[in-house]
Amino acid sequence: MINVVNLEKHFGGENVLNGINTEISKGDVVCVIGPSGSGKSTFLRCLNMLEKPTGGKIIFEGDDLTDKHIDLNAHRQKMGMVFQQFNLFPHMTIMENLTTAPVLLKKRTKQQAQEKALELLSRVGLADRAGDYPAQLSGGQQQRVAIVRALCMEPDVMLFDEPTSALDPEMVGEVLDVMKELAKEGMTMVVVTHEMGFAREVANRVLFLADGVIAEEGTPEEVFNHPQSERLQSFLAKVL
Amino acid sequence: MTFFEKFYAIFIEKGYYTLMLDGFKSTIIITLGALAIGFVIGTIIAVIKYFGDDNKAMRPLVWLCDLYTTVVRGIPVVVLLLIFFFVIFASSSNGIAIATLTFGINSGAYMAELVRSGLNAVNIGQMEAGRSLGLSKLQTMRKIILPQAIRYILPAIFNELIALLKETSVAGYVAVIDLTRAGTLVRNNTYNAVVPLTLVAVVYLVLVILLTRLLKLLERRLSNNDKRRKS
Repeated sequence: MINVVNLEKHFGGENVLNGINTEISKGDVVCVIGPSGSGKSTFLRCLNMLEKPTGGKIIFEGDDLTDKHIDLNAHRQKMGMVFQQFNLFPHMTIMENLTTAPVLLKKRTKQQAQEKALELLSRVGLADRAGDYPAQLSGGQQQRVAIVRALCMEPDVMLFDEPTSALDPEMVGEVLDVMKELAKEGMTMVVVTHEMGFAREVANRVLFLADGVIAEEGTPEEVFNHPQSERLQSFLAKVL
Repeated sequence: MTFFEKFYAIFIEKGYYTLMLDGFKSTIIITLGALAIGFVIGTIIAVIKYFGDDNKAMRPLVWLCDLYTTVVRGIPVVVLLLIFFFVIFASSSNGIAIATLTFGINSGAYMAELVRSGLNAVNIGQMEAGRSLGLSKLQTMRKIILPQAIRYILPAIFNELIALLKETSVAGYVAVIDLTRAGTLVRNNTYNAVVPLTLVAVVYLVLVILLTRLLKLLERRLSNNDKRRKS
């Protein structure tokens, strides 16, 4: 589904990504772990071109997203993204947050969009908050809404950028539960996370990023129980 | 005769109140019209500059906007008004329309900076969230960034409105009968300066006080919104 070929990203003189190659297939749940500054978030943000790569290719469903002439907006509709800081639209109600994009992009009529939004909202247990504004919700609730906002576009893949890092500890669980549910239903997911428990339990593949390259990768069993490189061993010793 | 007897004699008995009313109407039309024009121009410039920062293809547009702001801000509005009336639109005699346009173009240069500060105050994550859903830059701007930016700068827009209201008092330079000009005409015709000028000053003052009140009310409502939102 997504093919990453020799992905490079330089900020000024700083090399953040130094040639990343990987493939994400339909139904994959890929967790990306690694020390801070290793390029995890940059890697994820390159996948939907929020960050423009300075080298390499992102092939999504057969189309090269780094091609200048490609219709990025059309492809982004099929790639949902969830941010660390939620980034809900504060001037809109929850319902407006969920329906603005589908209606504007003519995916659905307003009424269809609202029905879909309510259905998804009730699945994350927030149907009664549709008329509220984001700031009236807790962090965990906001992040669940943010996940629903991405799902309302019926994406083929969901990108999560440290979705629980900005949350109070007691709210991490409710967000992870929604993500587990999503994984169970077969959604293709790429998750940058510090939640090793989640990665171990839900991922079918774990990428360990260090110094802008995939230093090690494998199943959770391989990565967490039999780390090969010293980098990964010392990283796991710190976080586990 | 006391001030009030003179006031009565001039405005009621001699009927100059109609002239003052006409002037008042012109002042309001020019002010509100200029505000609308200024806001549209300012928003367009601010959006161009917002996107132009990291887009080479937009450089010429950004350059044009900078030129506009520099020229307009560097010329006194009276001079601008004279140029528009006697040079650019010399063939037209619709003073009110020309004055509205002039003050609008003048205001646009200041409004541009204002709107831009509002756009920059909106978190960059909002643009990213919009784009990640597949919305275009302009769609995200219109639906997500601008509404939030305007909320931030509403008080400043009111200040601009107040400044604009008082600025329009020079419209009389180009044969427009605005509030100030009407006062001058009454003064000329009645050989009385105190009464008409006092009235003119009081009307401006009352208008500004009303606008300031409205602004306070608005600010309180906005901050109440924020409190509600934070709880």
